[in-house]
Amino acid sequence: MESSQRPDHPLLAARTGNLRRRRAANRTMETSAWIAAVLAVAVLVLVIGSVAVKGLSSISLNFLTQNADPNSIEATGGIANALVGTGIMVGLATLMAVPVGILTAIYTNEFAGSRSASTIRYFLDVLNGVPTIVTGIFIFGLIVTAQGHQSGWAGAIALAIVMLPLVARSCQEVLALVPGSVKEAGLALGASRWRTTVSVVVPTALSGMITGALLAVARALGETAPLLFVSSIFATNLSTDPSQALPSVPLVIFQFSESPTPAKHDQAWAAALVLIVVVLLISIVARVLSARMRRRLGAAR
Amino acid sequence: MNYQPSDGLKVVDPEETTMPRIPGQAESPPPATPSASPGPGAGLEEMHATRQVRIEDLHAYYGSVHAVKGVNLAFDPGHVTAIIGPSGCGKSTMVRCVNRMHEEIPGARSEGRILLDDVDLHASNVDVVTVRRVVGMVFQKPNPFPTMSIYDNVASGLKFTGAARDEVKDRVNAALEGAGLWNEVHDRLSSPGMSLSGGQQQRLCIARALAVEPDVLLMDEPCSALDPVATLKIEELIGQLKDRVTIAVVTHNMQQAGRVADTTAFMLSGELVEIGPTEKMFTNPDDSRTEEYVTGKFG
Repeated sequence: MESSQRPDHPLLAARTGNLRRRRAANRTMETSAWIAAVLAVAVLVLVIGSVAVKGLSSISLNFLTQNADPNSIEATGGIANALVGTGIMVGLATLMAVPVGILTAIYTNEFAGSRSASTIRYFLDVLNGVPTIVTGIFIFGLIVTAQGHQSGWAGAIALAIVMLPLVARSCQEVLALVPGSVKEAGLALGASRWRTTVSVVVPTALSGMITGALLAVARALGETAPLLFVSSIFATNLSTDPSQALPSVPLVIFQFSESPTPAKHDQAWAAALVLIVVVLLISIVARVLSARMRRRLGAAR
Repeated sequence: MNYQPSDGLKVVDPEETTMPRIPGQAESPPPATPSASPGPGAGLEEMHATRQVRIEDLHAYYGSVHAVKGVNLAFDPGHVTAIIGPSGCGKSTMVRCVNRMHEEIPGARSEGRILLDDVDLHASNVDVVTVRRVVGMVFQKPNPFPTMSIYDNVASGLKFTGAARDEVKDRVNAALEGAGLWNEVHDRLSSPGMSLSGGQQQRLCIARALAVEPDVLLMDEPCSALDPVATLKIEELIGQLKDRVTIAVVTHNMQQAGRVADTTAFMLSGELVEIGPTEKMFTNPDDSRTEEYVTGKFG
Protein backbone atom coordinates (compact mmCIF):
# COMPACT_ATOMS: atom_id res chain seq x y z
CA MET A 1 0.00 0.00 0.00
CA GLU A 2 1.45 3.35 -0.99
CA SER A 3 1.96 5.66 1.94
CA SER A 4 0.64 8.53 -0.13
CA GLN A 5 -2.77 6.86 -0.04
CA ARG A 6 -3.10 7.17 3.76
CA PRO A 7 -1.25 10.33 4.65
CA ASP A 8 -3.28 10.83 7.80
CA HIS A 9 -2.53 7.39 9.31
CA PRO A 10 -1.07 7.83 12.80
CA LEU A 11 1.80 5.48 11.99
CA LEU A 12 2.89 7.73 9.20
CA ALA A 13 2.39 10.99 11.06
CA ALA A 14 5.12 13.56 10.57
CA ARG A 15 7.48 13.91 13.44
CA THR A 16 5.55 16.31 15.57
CA GLY A 17 7.11 18.56 18.16
CA ASN A 18 6.38 16.14 20.97
CA LEU A 19 7.99 13.19 19.26
CA ARG A 20 10.98 15.28 18.27
CA ARG A 21 11.49 16.45 21.83
CA ARG A 22 11.35 12.88 23.11
CA ARG A 23 13.87 11.69 20.58
CA ALA A 24 16.21 14.57 21.46
CA ALA A 25 15.94 13.79 25.17
CA ASN A 26 16.66 10.15 24.43
CA ARG A 27 19.74 11.02 22.43
CA THR A 28 20.98 13.38 25.16
CA MET A 29 20.67 10.72 27.84
CA GLU A 30 22.39 8.09 25.74
CA THR A 31 25.24 10.45 24.92
CA SER A 32 25.69 11.49 28.55
CA ALA A 33 25.77 7.86 29.66
CA TRP A 34 28.35 7.09 26.99
CA ILE A 35 30.51 10.06 28.03
CA ALA A 36 30.38 8.92 31.66
CA ALA A 37 31.49 5.42 30.71
CA VAL A 38 34.33 6.79 28.60
CA LEU A 39 35.43 9.00 31.51
CA ALA A 40 35.52 6.04 33.86
CA VAL A 41 37.64 3.99 31.50
CA ALA A 42 39.81 7.02 30.71
CA VAL A 43 40.63 7.57 34.36
CA LEU A 44 42.09 4.09 34.68
CA VAL A 45 43.98 4.45 31.43
CA LEU A 46 45.35 7.82 32.56
CA VAL A 47 46.46 6.50 35.94
CA ILE A 48 48.21 3.46 34.55
CA GLY A 49 49.55 5.45 31.62
CA SER A 50 51.09 8.25 33.65
CA VAL A 51 52.60 5.85 36.18
CA ALA A 52 54.02 3.81 33.34
CA VAL A 53 55.43 6.81 31.53
CA LYS A 54 57.02 8.30 34.63
CA GLY A 55 58.19 5.08 36.17
CA LEU A 56 59.29 2.90 33.28
CA SER A 57 62.65 4.60 32.89
CA SER A 58 63.71 3.71 36.40
CA ILE A 59 62.76 0.09 36.23
CA SER A 60 65.70 -2.22 35.89
CA LEU A 61 66.85 -5.54 37.21
CA ASN A 62 68.94 -3.60 39.70
CA PHE A 63 65.90 -1.79 40.89
CA LEU A 64 64.10 -4.99 41.64
CA THR A 65 66.99 -6.78 43.26
CA GLN A 66 68.70 -4.19 45.38
CA ASN A 67 67.71 -2.87 48.69
CA ALA A 68 66.69 0.72 49.26
CA ASP A 69 69.40 3.27 49.54
CA PRO A 70 67.59 6.23 51.01
CA ASN A 71 70.57 8.38 51.75
CA SER A 72 72.12 8.54 48.32
CA ILE A 73 71.23 11.30 45.91
CA GLU A 74 71.77 9.11 42.89
CA ALA A 75 69.29 6.63 41.56
CA THR A 76 70.94 3.79 43.34
CA GLY A 77 69.32 1.10 45.32
CA GLY A 78 65.97 -0.45 44.65
CA ILE A 79 62.95 -1.93 46.28
CA ALA A 80 64.04 -5.50 46.85
CA ASN A 81 63.66 -5.27 50.61
CA ALA A 82 60.26 -3.64 50.19
CA LEU A 83 59.11 -6.37 47.80
CA VAL A 84 60.16 -9.06 50.24
CA GLY A 85 58.60 -7.24 53.16
CA THR A 86 55.30 -6.80 51.37
CA GLY A 87 55.40 -10.42 50.28
CA ILE A 88 55.94 -11.64 53.84
CA MET A 89 53.35 -9.42 55.49
CA VAL A 90 50.68 -9.98 52.84
CA GLY A 91 51.49 -13.70 52.83
CA LEU A 92 51.06 -13.95 56.59
CA ALA A 93 47.90 -11.87 56.43
CA THR A 94 46.49 -14.17 53.75
CA LEU A 95 47.24 -17.24 55.84
CA MET A 96 45.31 -15.66 58.69
CA ALA A 97 42.40 -14.05 56.87
CA VAL A 98 41.51 -16.56 54.16
CA PRO A 99 40.77 -19.62 56.31
CA VAL A 100 38.86 -17.55 58.85
CA GLY A 101 36.94 -15.80 56.07
CA ILE A 102 36.05 -19.04 54.31
CA LEU A 103 34.95 -20.75 57.51
CA THR A 104 32.89 -17.72 58.50
CA ALA A 105 31.16 -17.79 55.11
CA ILE A 106 30.50 -21.52 55.42
CA TYR A 107 29.05 -21.00 58.87
CA THR A 108 26.70 -18.17 57.89
CA ASN A 109 25.52 -19.80 54.70
CA GLU A 110 25.21 -23.44 55.69
CA PHE A 111 24.79 -23.70 59.42
CA ALA A 112 23.68 -20.46 61.04
CA GLY A 113 20.06 -19.54 61.56
CA SER A 114 18.88 -16.67 59.40
CA ARG A 115 19.05 -14.15 62.21
CA SER A 116 22.62 -14.88 63.25
CA ALA A 117 23.58 -15.07 59.60
CA SER A 118 22.33 -11.57 58.85
CA THR A 119 23.89 -10.23 62.04
CA ILE A 120 27.26 -11.64 61.05
CA ARG A 121 26.90 -10.23 57.56
CA TYR A 122 26.09 -6.83 59.02
CA PHE A 123 29.14 -6.91 61.25
CA LEU A 124 31.33 -7.89 58.31
CA ASP A 125 29.98 -5.04 56.22
CA VAL A 126 30.68 -2.57 59.01
CA LEU A 127 34.18 -3.97 59.43
CA ASN A 128 34.67 -3.51 55.71
CA GLY A 129 33.80 0.13 56.10
CA VAL A 130 36.17 0.86 58.97
CA PRO A 131 38.83 3.29 57.72
CA THR A 132 42.08 1.41 57.41
CA ILE A 133 43.96 4.04 59.38
CA VAL A 134 41.71 3.30 62.32
CA THR A 135 42.63 -0.37 61.97
CA GLY A 136 46.25 0.71 61.96
CA ILE A 137 45.92 2.75 65.10
CA PHE A 138 44.03 -0.09 66.77
CA ILE A 139 46.83 -2.55 66.09
CA PHE A 140 49.34 0.04 67.15
CA GLY A 141 47.64 0.37 70.51
CA LEU A 142 47.09 -3.34 70.88
CA ILE A 143 50.35 -4.87 69.74
CA VAL A 144 53.01 -2.28 69.07
CA THR A 145 52.77 -0.50 72.42
CA ALA A 146 52.57 -3.83 74.23
CA GLN A 147 55.67 -5.12 72.49
CA GLY A 148 57.44 -1.79 72.61
CA HIS A 149 58.43 -1.92 68.95
CA GLN A 150 56.95 -2.24 65.50
CA SER A 151 56.89 -5.62 63.78
CA GLY A 152 55.97 -7.38 60.60
CA TRP A 153 53.54 -9.54 62.58
CA ALA A 154 51.63 -6.47 63.67
CA GLY A 155 51.54 -5.35 60.04
CA ALA A 156 50.30 -8.75 58.93
CA ILE A 157 47.54 -8.75 61.54
CA ALA A 158 46.43 -5.27 60.53
CA LEU A 159 46.30 -6.35 56.88
CA ALA A 160 44.41 -9.52 57.84
CA ILE A 161 41.73 -7.41 59.51
CA VAL A 162 41.36 -5.44 56.29
CA MET A 163 41.21 -8.61 54.20
CA LEU A 164 38.83 -10.60 56.37
CA PRO A 165 35.50 -8.95 55.42
CA LEU A 166 36.47 -9.03 51.74
CA VAL A 167 37.16 -12.75 51.79
CA ALA A 168 34.15 -13.58 53.94
CA ARG A 169 31.62 -11.54 51.98
CA SER A 170 32.76 -12.72 48.58
CA CYS A 171 32.77 -16.35 49.76
CA GLN A 172 29.26 -15.85 51.12
CA GLU A 173 28.06 -14.56 47.75
CA VAL A 174 29.67 -17.45 45.94
CA LEU A 175 28.38 -20.13 48.31
CA ALA A 176 24.89 -18.73 47.92
CA LEU A 177 25.18 -19.28 44.19
CA VAL A 178 25.57 -23.04 44.55
CA PRO A 179 22.18 -24.44 43.51
CA GLY A 180 20.10 -25.89 46.30
CA SER A 181 19.49 -28.97 44.18
CA VAL A 182 23.15 -29.92 44.49
CA LYS A 183 23.05 -29.66 48.26
CA GLU A 184 19.83 -31.68 48.34
CA ALA A 185 21.44 -34.39 46.28
CA GLY A 186 24.25 -34.66 48.83
CA LEU A 187 21.91 -34.76 51.81
CA ALA A 188 19.62 -37.31 50.17
CA LEU A 189 22.58 -39.66 49.72
CA GLY A 190 23.08 -39.84 53.45
CA ALA A 191 25.86 -37.29 53.83
CA SER A 192 25.84 -35.22 56.97
CA ARG A 193 25.45 -31.46 56.72
CA TRP A 194 29.17 -30.90 57.19
CA ARG A 195 30.16 -33.61 54.73
CA THR A 196 27.82 -32.18 52.09
CA THR A 197 29.34 -28.75 52.59
CA VAL A 198 32.94 -29.90 52.39
CA SER A 199 32.63 -32.49 49.63
CA VAL A 200 29.97 -30.95 47.44
CA VAL A 201 29.26 -27.29 48.09
CA VAL A 202 32.79 -25.99 48.62
CA PRO A 203 34.33 -27.72 45.57
CA THR A 204 31.51 -26.31 43.44
CA ALA A 205 32.19 -22.83 44.75
CA LEU A 206 35.95 -23.18 44.82
CA SER A 207 36.96 -20.98 41.88
CA GLY A 208 34.76 -18.22 43.19
CA MET A 209 36.31 -18.48 46.62
CA ILE A 210 39.80 -18.34 45.16
CA THR A 211 38.74 -15.25 43.22
CA GLY A 212 37.57 -13.62 46.43
CA ALA A 213 40.85 -14.45 48.13
CA LEU A 214 42.86 -13.10 45.19
CA LEU A 215 40.97 -9.82 45.18
CA ALA A 216 41.56 -9.47 48.90
CA VAL A 217 45.26 -10.07 48.36
CA ALA A 218 45.32 -7.44 45.60
CA ARG A 219 43.75 -4.99 48.02
CA ALA A 220 46.15 -5.78 50.83
CA LEU A 221 49.18 -5.32 48.58
CA GLY A 222 48.44 -1.64 48.25
CA GLU A 223 47.26 -0.82 51.76
CA THR A 224 49.33 1.95 53.28
CA ALA A 225 47.39 3.32 56.24
CA PRO A 226 47.31 0.16 58.33
CA LEU A 227 51.09 -0.07 58.13
CA LEU A 228 51.82 3.57 58.87
CA PHE A 229 52.18 3.17 62.61
CA VAL A 230 52.78 -0.48 62.72
CA SER A 231 55.59 -1.28 60.33
CA SER A 232 57.01 1.99 59.04
CA ILE A 233 60.37 2.44 60.74
CA PHE A 234 62.54 -0.19 59.18
CA ALA A 235 66.11 -0.89 58.28
CA THR A 236 67.27 -0.80 54.68
CA ASN A 237 68.72 -4.28 54.59
CA LEU A 238 66.70 -7.17 53.34
CA SER A 239 65.03 -8.86 56.25
CA THR A 240 62.66 -11.80 56.40
CA ASP A 241 62.08 -11.60 60.11
CA PRO A 242 58.54 -10.53 60.89
CA SER A 243 59.31 -9.91 64.54
CA GLN A 244 60.92 -6.66 63.43
CA ALA A 245 59.36 -3.96 61.30
CA LEU A 246 59.41 -4.89 57.63
CA PRO A 247 59.42 -2.47 54.71
CA SER A 248 56.53 -2.53 52.28
CA VAL A 249 56.13 -1.21 48.77
CA PRO A 250 53.39 1.37 49.46
CA LEU A 251 55.33 2.81 52.39
CA VAL A 252 58.53 2.90 50.39
CA ILE A 253 56.70 4.84 47.66
CA PHE A 254 55.67 7.29 50.35
CA GLN A 255 59.18 7.61 51.73
CA PHE A 256 60.79 8.01 48.31
CA SER A 257 58.31 10.71 47.40
CA GLU A 258 59.15 12.60 50.61
CA SER A 259 62.83 12.57 49.79
CA PRO A 260 64.44 15.85 48.67
CA THR A 261 66.31 14.24 45.77
CA PRO A 262 64.54 13.96 42.41
CA ALA A 263 66.21 10.63 41.73
CA LYS A 264 64.23 9.17 44.55
CA HIS A 265 61.02 10.62 43.10
CA ASP A 266 61.66 8.68 39.92
CA GLN A 267 62.12 5.58 41.99
CA ALA A 268 58.80 6.27 43.66
CA TRP A 269 57.10 6.28 40.28
CA ALA A 270 58.84 3.06 39.37
CA ALA A 271 57.76 1.40 42.60
CA ALA A 272 54.21 2.55 41.94
CA LEU A 273 54.40 0.99 38.49
CA VAL A 274 55.54 -2.33 39.94
CA LEU A 275 52.72 -2.26 42.43
CA ILE A 276 50.04 -1.48 39.91
CA VAL A 277 51.25 -4.13 37.48
CA VAL A 278 51.13 -6.82 40.16
CA VAL A 279 47.66 -5.75 41.28
CA LEU A 280 46.45 -5.70 37.67
CA LEU A 281 47.79 -9.19 37.01
CA ILE A 282 46.07 -10.56 40.09
CA SER A 283 42.80 -8.88 39.14
CA ILE A 284 42.94 -10.35 35.65
CA VAL A 285 43.57 -13.85 36.97
CA ALA A 286 40.67 -13.37 39.38
CA ARG A 287 38.36 -12.35 36.57
CA VAL A 288 39.32 -15.34 34.43
CA LEU A 289 38.65 -17.69 37.32
CA SER A 290 35.35 -16.01 38.05
CA ALA A 291 34.18 -16.40 34.45
CA ARG A 292 35.10 -20.07 34.56
CA MET A 293 33.09 -20.60 37.69
CA ARG A 294 30.08 -18.79 36.34
CA ARG A 295 30.12 -21.03 33.29
CA ARG A 296 30.25 -24.14 35.41
CA LEU A 297 27.46 -23.03 37.69
CA GLY A 298 25.42 -21.99 34.69
CA ALA A 299 25.59 -25.56 33.44
CA ALA A 300 24.45 -26.88 36.78
CA ARG A 301 21.32 -24.75 36.93
CA MET B 1 -19.88 -45.24 34.35
CA ASN B 2 -17.39 -47.34 32.46
CA TYR B 3 -14.11 -45.77 31.66
CA GLN B 4 -12.20 -47.32 28.78
CA PRO B 5 -8.43 -47.04 29.26
CA SER B 6 -6.61 -45.57 26.32
CA ASP B 7 -3.52 -47.26 24.91
CA GLY B 8 -1.28 -45.17 27.10
CA LEU B 9 -2.40 -47.00 30.22
CA LYS B 10 -0.98 -50.38 29.27
CA VAL B 11 1.12 -51.75 32.10
CA VAL B 12 4.64 -52.55 30.90
CA ASP B 13 5.79 -56.16 31.24
CA PRO B 14 9.40 -55.98 32.49
CA GLU B 15 10.26 -59.26 30.74
CA GLU B 16 9.70 -57.56 27.40
CA THR B 17 12.40 -54.96 27.84
CA THR B 18 15.88 -55.44 26.45
CA MET B 19 17.93 -53.52 29.02
CA PRO B 20 20.97 -55.38 30.37
CA ARG B 21 20.49 -57.56 33.41
CA ILE B 22 22.36 -56.80 36.61
CA PRO B 23 25.14 -59.44 36.73
CA GLY B 24 24.92 -62.06 39.44
CA GLN B 25 21.32 -61.39 40.37
CA ALA B 26 18.67 -64.04 40.76
CA GLU B 27 16.24 -64.19 37.86
CA SER B 28 13.42 -61.78 38.51
CA PRO B 29 10.01 -63.33 39.22
CA PRO B 30 7.27 -63.31 36.57
CA PRO B 31 5.49 -59.97 36.34
CA ALA B 32 3.55 -59.50 39.53
CA THR B 33 -0.16 -58.88 39.31
CA PRO B 34 -0.94 -55.82 41.37
CA SER B 35 -2.31 -57.54 44.44
CA ALA B 36 -0.32 -60.81 44.38
CA SER B 37 2.81 -61.16 46.47
CA PRO B 38 6.11 -61.75 44.61
CA GLY B 39 6.38 -65.30 43.25
CA PRO B 40 9.11 -67.90 43.76
CA GLY B 41 12.67 -66.96 42.82
CA ALA B 42 12.50 -63.69 44.70
CA GLY B 43 15.59 -64.79 46.60
CA LEU B 44 16.72 -61.22 47.07
CA GLU B 45 13.70 -60.43 49.18
CA GLU B 46 14.04 -63.45 51.36
CA MET B 47 17.61 -62.47 52.10
CA HIS B 48 16.66 -58.92 52.89
CA ALA B 49 14.14 -57.63 55.35
CA THR B 50 10.68 -56.97 54.06
CA ARG B 51 11.55 -53.48 52.70
CA GLN B 52 8.04 -52.34 53.28
CA VAL B 53 7.36 -48.71 54.09
CA ARG B 54 4.28 -47.97 56.16
CA ILE B 55 3.11 -44.41 56.59
CA GLU B 56 0.75 -43.96 59.53
CA ASP B 57 -1.26 -40.81 60.10
CA LEU B 58 1.33 -38.50 58.58
CA HIS B 59 0.83 -34.76 58.93
CA ALA B 60 3.30 -32.31 57.45
CA TYR B 61 3.49 -28.56 57.88
CA TYR B 62 5.33 -25.68 56.32
CA GLY B 63 5.14 -23.27 59.22
CA SER B 64 1.41 -22.97 59.73
CA VAL B 65 0.41 -24.39 56.36
CA HIS B 66 -0.99 -27.89 56.75
CA ALA B 67 0.30 -29.58 53.62
CA VAL B 68 -0.27 -33.27 54.37
CA LYS B 69 -3.32 -34.25 56.37
CA GLY B 70 -3.37 -37.65 57.96
CA VAL B 71 -2.08 -39.92 55.22
CA ASN B 72 -2.01 -43.68 55.73
CA LEU B 73 -0.48 -45.85 53.07
CA ALA B 74 2.17 -48.47 52.41
CA PHE B 75 4.81 -49.03 49.76
CA ASP B 76 5.07 -52.76 49.27
CA PRO B 77 8.32 -54.45 48.28
CA GLY B 78 8.54 -55.78 44.75
CA HIS B 79 5.94 -53.23 43.73
CA VAL B 80 6.00 -49.80 42.22
CA THR B 81 3.63 -47.40 43.92
CA ALA B 82 2.68 -44.26 42.04
CA ILE B 83 1.35 -41.21 43.79
CA ILE B 84 -0.73 -39.00 41.55
CA GLY B 85 -2.66 -35.84 42.14
CA PRO B 86 -2.96 -32.26 40.98
CA SER B 87 -0.21 -29.70 41.65
CA GLY B 88 0.04 -28.68 45.26
CA CYS B 89 -1.78 -31.71 46.64
CA GLY B 90 1.10 -32.61 48.93
CA LYS B 91 2.43 -35.68 47.14
CA SER B 92 6.04 -34.44 46.97
CA THR B 93 5.85 -33.26 50.57
CA MET B 94 4.61 -36.62 51.73
CA VAL B 95 7.31 -38.51 49.91
CA ARG B 96 9.99 -36.17 51.23
CA CYS B 97 8.90 -37.02 54.75
CA VAL B 98 9.86 -40.63 54.14
CA ASN B 99 13.55 -39.86 53.73
CA ARG B 100 13.32 -36.97 56.16
CA MET B 101 14.25 -34.34 53.60
CA HIS B 102 11.15 -32.40 54.57
CA GLU B 103 12.69 -31.34 57.85
CA GLU B 104 15.63 -29.72 56.05
CA ILE B 105 13.36 -26.86 55.03
CA PRO B 106 13.37 -24.10 57.66
CA GLY B 107 10.08 -23.99 59.48
CA ALA B 108 8.90 -27.36 58.21
CA ARG B 109 7.87 -30.19 60.49
CA SER B 110 5.99 -33.44 60.39
CA GLU B 111 4.03 -35.65 62.74
CA GLY B 112 3.05 -39.25 62.53
CA ARG B 113 4.90 -42.48 62.06
CA ILE B 114 6.82 -43.72 59.08
CA LEU B 115 7.98 -47.29 59.48
CA LEU B 116 10.52 -49.16 57.42
CA ASP B 117 10.55 -52.83 58.40
CA ASP B 118 8.78 -51.88 61.61
CA VAL B 119 11.43 -49.31 62.57
CA ASP B 120 10.11 -45.81 63.06
CA LEU B 121 12.27 -43.55 60.92
CA HIS B 122 11.59 -40.57 63.16
CA ALA B 123 12.54 -42.31 66.38
CA SER B 124 15.08 -40.47 68.49
CA ASN B 125 17.61 -43.28 68.30
CA VAL B 126 17.55 -43.33 64.51
CA ASP B 127 20.13 -41.13 62.83
CA VAL B 128 18.74 -39.12 59.94
CA VAL B 129 21.88 -39.79 57.91
CA THR B 130 21.28 -43.56 58.14
CA VAL B 131 17.68 -43.11 57.10
CA ARG B 132 18.80 -41.40 53.93
CA ARG B 133 21.26 -44.11 53.12
CA VAL B 134 18.51 -46.70 53.32
CA VAL B 135 15.85 -44.59 51.60
CA GLY B 136 17.25 -43.11 48.42
CA MET B 137 15.79 -40.31 46.38
CA VAL B 138 15.87 -39.19 42.76
CA PHE B 139 14.78 -35.63 42.12
CA GLN B 140 12.75 -33.96 39.43
CA LYS B 141 15.63 -32.11 37.88
CA PRO B 142 18.75 -34.25 37.37
CA ASN B 143 21.36 -32.98 39.81
CA PRO B 144 24.72 -34.70 39.35
CA PHE B 145 27.52 -33.06 41.30
CA PRO B 146 28.98 -30.51 38.90
CA THR B 147 32.62 -30.85 39.89
CA MET B 148 32.74 -34.64 39.74
CA SER B 149 33.29 -37.14 36.97
CA ILE B 150 30.74 -39.85 36.15
CA TYR B 151 32.64 -42.36 38.26
CA ASP B 152 33.01 -39.98 41.19
CA ASN B 153 29.35 -39.06 41.04
CA VAL B 154 28.25 -42.67 41.40
CA ALA B 155 30.91 -43.32 44.02
CA SER B 156 30.05 -40.22 46.04
CA GLY B 157 27.37 -41.87 48.13
CA LEU B 158 29.76 -44.66 48.98
CA LYS B 159 32.48 -42.21 49.93
CA PHE B 160 30.13 -40.23 52.13
CA THR B 161 29.25 -43.33 54.08
CA GLY B 162 32.84 -44.55 54.26
CA ALA B 163 32.86 -47.68 52.12
CA ALA B 164 36.08 -49.64 51.66
CA ARG B 165 38.19 -48.59 48.69
CA ASP B 166 38.24 -51.94 46.86
CA GLU B 167 34.50 -52.30 47.18
CA VAL B 168 33.79 -48.95 45.61
CA LYS B 169 34.79 -49.83 42.05
CA ASP B 170 32.64 -52.96 41.92
CA ARG B 171 29.65 -51.23 43.38
CA VAL B 172 29.97 -48.31 40.98
CA ASN B 173 30.06 -50.65 38.01
CA ALA B 174 27.10 -52.62 39.32
CA ALA B 175 25.14 -49.44 39.91
CA LEU B 176 25.85 -48.15 36.41
CA GLU B 177 24.66 -51.46 34.97
CA GLY B 178 21.60 -51.36 37.15
CA ALA B 179 20.76 -47.91 35.90
CA GLY B 180 21.16 -48.96 32.30
CA LEU B 181 24.00 -46.51 31.79
CA TRP B 182 27.01 -48.82 31.67
CA ASN B 183 27.01 -49.42 27.92
CA GLU B 184 26.90 -45.73 27.18
CA VAL B 185 29.57 -44.48 29.57
CA HIS B 186 31.89 -47.35 30.46
CA ASP B 187 34.63 -45.95 28.26
CA ARG B 188 34.47 -42.43 29.64
CA LEU B 189 33.95 -42.80 33.34
CA SER B 190 36.29 -39.92 34.10
CA SER B 191 34.52 -37.35 31.97
CA PRO B 192 32.44 -34.79 33.86
CA GLY B 193 28.99 -35.86 35.01
CA MET B 194 27.53 -32.71 33.51
CA SER B 195 28.67 -33.67 30.02
CA LEU B 196 25.84 -36.20 29.71
CA SER B 197 22.45 -35.49 28.19
CA GLY B 198 19.48 -34.79 30.44
CA GLY B 199 18.18 -38.34 30.34
CA GLN B 200 21.65 -39.77 30.94
CA GLN B 201 22.17 -37.38 33.85
CA GLN B 202 18.98 -38.63 35.44
CA ARG B 203 20.11 -42.23 35.01
CA LEU B 204 23.41 -41.16 36.53
CA CYS B 205 21.48 -39.86 39.53
CA ILE B 206 19.64 -43.17 39.71
CA ALA B 207 22.96 -45.03 39.60
CA ARG B 208 24.27 -42.76 42.33
CA ALA B 209 21.26 -43.56 44.47
CA LEU B 210 21.53 -47.29 43.74
CA ALA B 211 25.22 -47.48 44.58
CA VAL B 212 24.56 -47.27 48.30
CA GLU B 213 22.10 -50.17 47.91
CA PRO B 214 19.05 -48.61 49.53
CA ASP B 215 15.98 -50.58 50.47
CA VAL B 216 13.61 -47.96 49.13
CA LEU B 217 13.91 -45.58 46.19
CA LEU B 218 11.72 -42.50 46.13
CA MET B 219 11.35 -40.79 42.78
CA ASP B 220 9.91 -37.31 42.76
CA GLU B 221 8.62 -36.70 39.22
CA PRO B 222 11.79 -38.20 37.77
CA CYS B 223 10.82 -37.74 34.14
CA SER B 224 9.15 -34.36 34.07
CA ALA B 225 12.31 -32.59 32.93
CA LEU B 226 13.11 -35.18 30.25
CA ASP B 227 12.20 -35.82 26.64
CA PRO B 228 9.91 -38.75 25.75
CA VAL B 229 12.72 -41.08 24.68
CA ALA B 230 14.61 -40.58 27.93
CA THR B 231 11.34 -40.92 29.83
CA LEU B 232 10.68 -44.29 28.26
CA LYS B 233 14.15 -45.54 29.19
CA ILE B 234 13.63 -44.56 32.79
CA GLU B 235 10.20 -46.16 32.91
CA GLU B 236 11.74 -49.38 31.66
CA LEU B 237 14.40 -49.04 34.33
CA ILE B 238 11.78 -48.68 37.04
CA GLY B 239 10.20 -51.92 35.92
CA GLN B 240 13.54 -53.68 36.19
CA LEU B 241 14.53 -52.22 39.53
CA LYS B 242 11.36 -52.93 41.44
CA ASP B 243 12.55 -56.31 42.61
CA ARG B 244 15.70 -54.84 44.09
CA VAL B 245 14.22 -51.79 45.75
CA THR B 246 10.77 -50.74 46.84
CA ILE B 247 9.92 -47.91 44.50
CA ALA B 248 7.54 -45.02 44.98
CA VAL B 249 7.09 -42.62 42.08
CA VAL B 250 5.44 -39.25 42.41
CA THR B 251 4.04 -38.22 39.07
CA HIS B 252 1.59 -35.74 37.71
CA ASN B 253 1.42 -37.75 34.49
CA MET B 254 -1.41 -40.23 34.81
CA GLN B 255 -0.39 -42.21 31.76
CA GLN B 256 3.02 -42.73 33.31
CA ALA B 257 1.41 -44.09 36.45
CA GLY B 258 -0.54 -46.45 34.26
CA ARG B 259 2.61 -47.61 32.55
CA VAL B 260 4.93 -48.20 35.49
CA ALA B 261 2.93 -48.66 38.66
CA ASP B 262 1.37 -51.71 40.26
CA THR B 263 -0.36 -49.64 42.89
CA THR B 264 -1.56 -46.08 42.54
CA ALA B 265 -2.45 -43.62 45.28
CA PHE B 266 -4.45 -40.49 44.56
CA MET B 267 -3.95 -37.44 46.73
CA LEU B 268 -5.96 -34.27 46.80
CA SER B 269 -5.41 -31.19 48.96
CA GLY B 270 -3.12 -32.99 51.37
CA GLU B 271 -5.35 -36.00 51.87
CA LEU B 272 -5.06 -39.51 50.51
CA VAL B 273 -8.32 -39.99 48.66
CA GLU B 274 -7.87 -43.53 47.46
CA ILE B 275 -5.24 -46.17 46.91
CA GLY B 276 -5.53 -49.37 44.96
CA PRO B 277 -4.26 -51.51 42.11
CA THR B 278 -3.51 -49.33 39.10
CA GLU B 279 -5.97 -51.00 36.76
CA LYS B 280 -8.76 -50.53 39.24
CA MET B 281 -7.86 -46.92 39.98
CA PHE B 282 -8.08 -46.02 36.34
CA THR B 283 -11.05 -48.11 35.28
CA ASN B 284 -13.27 -48.46 38.30
CA PRO B 285 -12.22 -46.32 41.26
CA ASP B 286 -14.29 -46.27 44.42
CA ASP B 287 -14.17 -42.56 45.09
CA SER B 288 -15.88 -40.12 42.77
CA ARG B 289 -13.06 -37.59 43.14
CA THR B 290 -10.61 -40.20 41.86
CA GLU B 291 -12.83 -40.87 38.91
CA GLU B 292 -13.09 -37.18 38.12
CA TYR B 293 -9.33 -36.77 38.28
CA VAL B 294 -8.42 -39.74 36.14
CA THR B 295 -10.98 -38.84 33.54
CA GLY B 296 -9.49 -35.40 33.34
CA LYS B 297 -12.40 -33.42 34.73
CA PHE B 298 -9.88 -31.46 36.73
CA GLY B 299 -6.14 -31.47 37.20
